Amino acid sequence: MQLTLWTYEGPPHVGAMRIVTAMRGMHYVLHAPQGDTYADLLFTMIERRNQRPPVTYTTFQARDLGGDTAELFQRAARDAYETFKPQAMIVGASCTGELIQDDPAGLASALNLPIPVIPLELPSYQKKENWGAAETFYRIVRALVQPKQARPDTRPLCNILGPCALGFRHRDDLKEIKALLADLGIAINVVAPEGASPADIASLADADFNIVLYPEIAGAAAEFLKKQFGQPFTKTIPIGVNATREFIAEICALAGLPVPAETNASRLPWYSRSVDSTYLTGKRVFIFGDATHALAMARVAREEIGFTVCGLGTYTREYAREVRAAAADLGVAPLISDDYLEIEKAIIAAQPELVLGTQMERHIAKRLGLPCAVISAPVHVQDFPARFSPVMGFEGANVLFDNLVHPLMMGLEEHLLGLFRDDFEFNDQAAPSHLGPSKQAQPDTPPDFTGWTVEAEQELKKIPFFVRGKARRNTETFARERGLASISVETLYDAKAHFGR
Amino acid sequence: MSAAGTLARPTSPGCDRPVLRERGQHEVFCGLTGIVWLHRKIQDAFFLIVGSRTCAHLMQSAAGVMIFAEPRFATAIIEERDLAGLADMHDELDRVVTQLLERRPDIKLLFLVGSCPSEVIKLDLSRAAERLSQKTLPQTRILAYTGSGIETTFTQGEDSCLNALVPLMPTTQEKNLLIAGTIADVVEDQFRTLFTAMGITNVGFLPARRAGALPPIGPNTQLLLAQPFLGETLKALEARGATRIDAPFPFGAEGSELWFRATAKAFGIPQERVTPIIDAPRERARRAVARHRDTLDGKSIFFFPDSQLEIPLARFLARELGMRPIEVGTPYLHRGILGADIDLLPDAVLSEGQDVDRQLARCRAEKPDLTVCGLGLANPLEAEGLRTKWSIELVFSPVHGFEQAGDLAELFARPLERTARLRV
Repeated sequence: MQLTLWTYEGPPHVGAMRIVTAMRGMHYVLHAPQGDTYADLLFTMIERRNQRPPVTYTTFQARDLGGDTAELFQRAARDAYETFKPQAMIVGASCTGELIQDDPAGLASALNLPIPVIPLELPSYQKKENWGAAETFYRIVRALVQPKQARPDTRPLCNILGPCALGFRHRDDLKEIKALLADLGIAINVVAPEGASPADIASLADADFNIVLYPEIAGAAAEFLKKQFGQPFTKTIPIGVNATREFIAEICALAGLPVPAETNASRLPWYSRSVDSTYLTGKRVFIFGDATHALAMARVAREEIGFTVCGLGTYTREYAREVRAAAADLGVAPLISDDYLEIEKAIIAAQPELVLGTQMERHIAKRLGLPCAVISAPVHVQDFPARFSPVMGFEGANVLFDNLVHPLMMGLEEHLLGLFRDDFEFNDQAAPSHLGPSKQAQPDTPPDFTGWTVEAEQELKKIPFFVRGKARRNTETFARERGLASISVETLYDAKAHFGR
Repeated sequence: MSAAGTLARPTSPGCDRPVLRERGQHEVFCGLTGIVWLHRKIQDAFFLIVGSRTCAHLMQSAAGVMIFAEPRFATAIIEERDLAGLADMHDELDRVVTQLLERRPDIKLLFLVGSCPSEVIKLDLSRAAERLSQKTLPQTRILAYTGSGIETTFTQGEDSCLNALVPLMPTTQEKNLLIAGTIADVVEDQFRTLFTAMGITNVGFLPARRAGALPPIGPNTQLLLAQPFLGETLKALEARGATRIDAPFPFGAEGSELWFRATAKAFGIPQERVTPIIDAPRERARRAVARHRDTLDGKSIFFFPDSQLEIPLARFLARELGMRPIEVGTPYLHRGILGADIDLLPDAVLSEGQDVDRQLARCRAEKPDLTVCGLGLANPLEAEGLRTKWSIELVFSPVHGFEQAGDLAELFARPLERTARLRV
């Protein structure tokens, strides 16, 4: 048993829902009790989809358990076919459905429906949402894909794999990547799962190669297509200027095209070099999210904005190895966890000046009075902005520059605070302007070191509130390490010199 | 699903109305959702769901936005090794509870909340609660109830929770008034003030704001339900000697007035003594409600089953705002509790249970001016051109009593006013 306050991922059947909801002409019959229908609201409320997800739940009740829940499942599947007339169907069980062991696969196949019925085995007590999405997409591809058809057109042809429902900025990333491919003169065979019908899935093999935008979702399917049809797939995730350039190079190599000169460059390189950005230098950022976004953001933060990455982690255990390698490269301890409390602890310990995380880290950062930008799922209604807001491609790099920089105090604002520490309007008690009127300043750590002299405490108060907690902790660590009984003004500045970057 | 709806004629007196009973896909939350408001109401209680990742995911999705402070609910997620017998589930539960109480020593009452998975594998949480209580009392009491979706629908979770509290209520021989059902603190205070003015000073509320402050109960307890979904709790309270006061639920000026007058009658207080006390708030309520009458008068309304509040709400909307209920769906129809409301409800289809696809078809055919439904259905129906009201807001907002009657009316008026306002 695992004690959980908040979860980064839902159960695996929610992953399956993300796939079918993204597709067209599919239906999912899920052996599940009524409460599991809550998952519909993820799509209709968070993502504001204007249709119910194509899911029929059997909604068995306690009184059915003694009777024939298998018959209930078959009736639900038959009715769903009659009502929705899908071109293909997936069937499976949620966590409770799994426990009653009714074998949805066998029951569905006994119905002899005139469409492909794809059974799913999603072990709810072992696996989670992203795994469920990847497994579902793989099963659908495997069941429906047909051998490659010869085509007259010799232009390079690709599939885009990965965008799906409830994905972090998938909608806008897809638009950006489609435009990028159009510029390169590469045609798109199929985008999947987003918008794909079973017939589209059948024709996946026709493409020359696959573009995998979200390996958490499409990795397994891409591996299968490579093995089955020799279709290569891309490894670079085009987040940030450098990664987008590498992505273009990788695609051009796969398509047998020369890498074109950059015409649609990002503003990020110049914005980062402009003197106004000097204040960003070495800002400590803590990064946590799904593996794809966490890894990509770490690179952007370090190479393209000039931050110092002081913590890197993911809840995606499937990609723990990659995150560990990246963390080693950055010289930080990797954090592979989905325990919200552990992540909170790690953030406090890393003393970041900016948190790049999920909605969960946004809450942690709020509580700690730290600025934060959301860079990864799990998603929130705010992660589906009305405006075009990709994180991939060159436009995505522009968006990232804004998103990563705007939560921070601007350069001159920071200086003014340093100069006029007792300003009556902008001081410790006043909320930081960018965090809204209700935010309290970062709470000072309760003094577990009692040896502060009155003068040193006074001096500490002169340090801007948003770094005071850190200064206090650093000074105390410094004093403890040297066995000092008390902290004087001298100690404070010694520590500052010691820790100063 | 094809389970046929049947028109049954109940024989109980006072409600000889046909009810359309349906079996099929239910698009309703499970009882765990009640934790979202119960944990705010009982301020020193913690709710530990013993369930799956789905339960945890439901809770954070149903809570809509995550609650800023560390929540007083969590999930002990059952894992493969628990099911495979590699770990003893009771040992695991002990470990999780110990871990939790170490972190939150301020917790006075811990609920172990049963879920679909824990019910299906027959994990005996009552026994576990008893065993654990031996270790944690007097600091923390541990109780168990089920919020599982195979046994409870949405608000029935509160029924299940309150039912678990009833045995702990102290016994009294005194004449007192007990009000059962979670209502907003502000409403509780308003009710207490009015009852005190009427001369009823011995008033208790279930649940109480503190775990240790449960109201007393006994043979001279008069019981007033503030929520209609408390069938099991009612039985348990009656078994402890309480006598239920039959009244419509306190929604709107009329409902609130009848609720207070029925209570006065049960306490032998002459109605002329009640009149001057409730006249002013009732007139305020009428004025506040009347502001929305232009928007809602003559408009048709269709209720999907959700909280069991549907019938009293339809009664309020029909009688005080002139709305026309077409279908009033409820997950479970308790005629004993809702008789007084049903009697006041104009002609409409009453439906119990659900087959969501069939009900959607009826709704589309009727094209109601306003549809009250859950979060999963609201946006799709809006996209089809129907105006909707999310039902969950009716449970999460203070809507009871005279002073909230205008707010309650506004919840229904707002979607229509919004439509009139938007030019886009």
